[in-house]
Amino acid sequence: MKCDLIVVGGGPGGSMAAKAASEAGLKVVMLEKRQEIGDPVRCAEGVSKRTLNRLVKLEPEWIASEVKGARLYAPDGTSIVMSEDKSGGEVGYVLERKVFDRGLAMLAAQAGATVLVKTRALGLLRKNGAISGVSAMRIGEPLEIEAPLIIGADGVESKVGRWAGIDTALKLQDIESCAQFLVHDASIDEEYTEFFLGNNIAPSGYAWSFPKGEKLANIGLGIQGSRSKPGEAVRLLHKFMKARFPNGRVVEMVVGGDPCSGPIESATTDGVMLVGDAAHQTDPLTGGGILNAMQAGVMAGEVAAKAISAGDMSRRGLVEYETRWREKIGKTIARSFQFKEFFVKLNDNDMNQLLGSLAKEDISKMDLAGMLRVLFRFNPKLLWSLKSLII
Amino acid sequence: MLTVNRYKCCYCGACVGVCPTCALELVETWLEVSAECKECGLCTKICPVGALEVNA
Repeated sequence: MKCDLIVVGGGPGGSMAAKAASEAGLKVVMLEKRQEIGDPVRCAEGVSKRTLNRLVKLEPEWIASEVKGARLYAPDGTSIVMSEDKSGGEVGYVLERKVFDRGLAMLAAQAGATVLVKTRALGLLRKNGAISGVSAMRIGEPLEIEAPLIIGADGVESKVGRWAGIDTALKLQDIESCAQFLVHDASIDEEYTEFFLGNNIAPSGYAWSFPKGEKLANIGLGIQGSRSKPGEAVRLLHKFMKARFPNGRVVEMVVGGDPCSGPIESATTDGVMLVGDAAHQTDPLTGGGILNAMQAGVMAGEVAAKAISAGDMSRRGLVEYETRWREKIGKTIARSFQFKEFFVKLNDNDMNQLLGSLAKEDISKMDLAGMLRVLFRFNPKLLWSLKSLII
Repeated sequence: MLTVNRYKCCYCGACVGVCPTCALELVETWLEVSAECKECGLCTKICPVGALEVNA
């Protein structure tokens, strides 16, 4: 099998890359190792409304629910509310990823990409030192696919980068260990995504409730890997459920690892571009990665088409991708990383003080930057190290 | 030796992401451990369900 571009991984990043490259005229093959795209889910499914609508024409069945904003709880129970249009992060829609991921893969296929499911990349092929394709296993049979360019969109467990010489292994402090239940509970707030802070709830992480309509919600938590021990995420989630949603009925279980390393040194090398979780393009503070992956996917797909037509698949020929993703999403990721590095060190008293100082203010009209300035005004000592990020 | 409790494993791949030697591979629902494994135990710590264990 021969093509211009192989995309490894059929998540949102891979599908958008395959779609963009196909639309630009490339012959694209997208590999997905699972037999079903989108399942099992490893995600809390929250995304910002505005950005998603900019990226793709939405199908109603992709969206489980729409929320008005986010409510944050300090460890002492004090809460603040941020409206959807101001909170900026992964607030707005709660997706139905099983349907959404499949829908995006369908868009890639409709654009002309060949989608191979139950097909797992085993390694990179090389000819005269240059990358010349991927060796794969397709439904248990070996398959070689030739292409001068590879996009690795293979998620938190990415191998493409490592095969090509980019070390994407995550240190424990740079990954959150997460567990989530899909819960039915009459007490679920269907209008707000909720975030619960506290070192007893989720050490150096947070717990969440993302409503999916009909009194269902993704209720989960993530803890920093360096503070995790075997089975800790699920154990803490059971504890949180008991305390906060004692009558909740669990109808599904989801676990996963979420990169929060900040921008990687390089997401490109000769013949390879990395996209999404594979390139650690998740927001280190919120853990949200869907929209970043989709945006990076589009950029990588477009740059792939240019590189192929210019005949330069070297790292230099792919530099436009590197520049564009850093400009578009990398800066925010770097900033969030600095906030995360600060946040993971906070004790419960600090968090109570911070959220408590906001609870007294009218923040409903404030955007995130405005809120941070207020926080700084009330808590200059605590936030001094973040001064340059806030003012 | 690294052992996988396949009744516990939810095949999320977090372990694969932290493995420094690329010794783990997730094949749909099946986690494979290769000879590259140095039994460092990082994967056991990150596992949300506690499916991994290094035994002496």
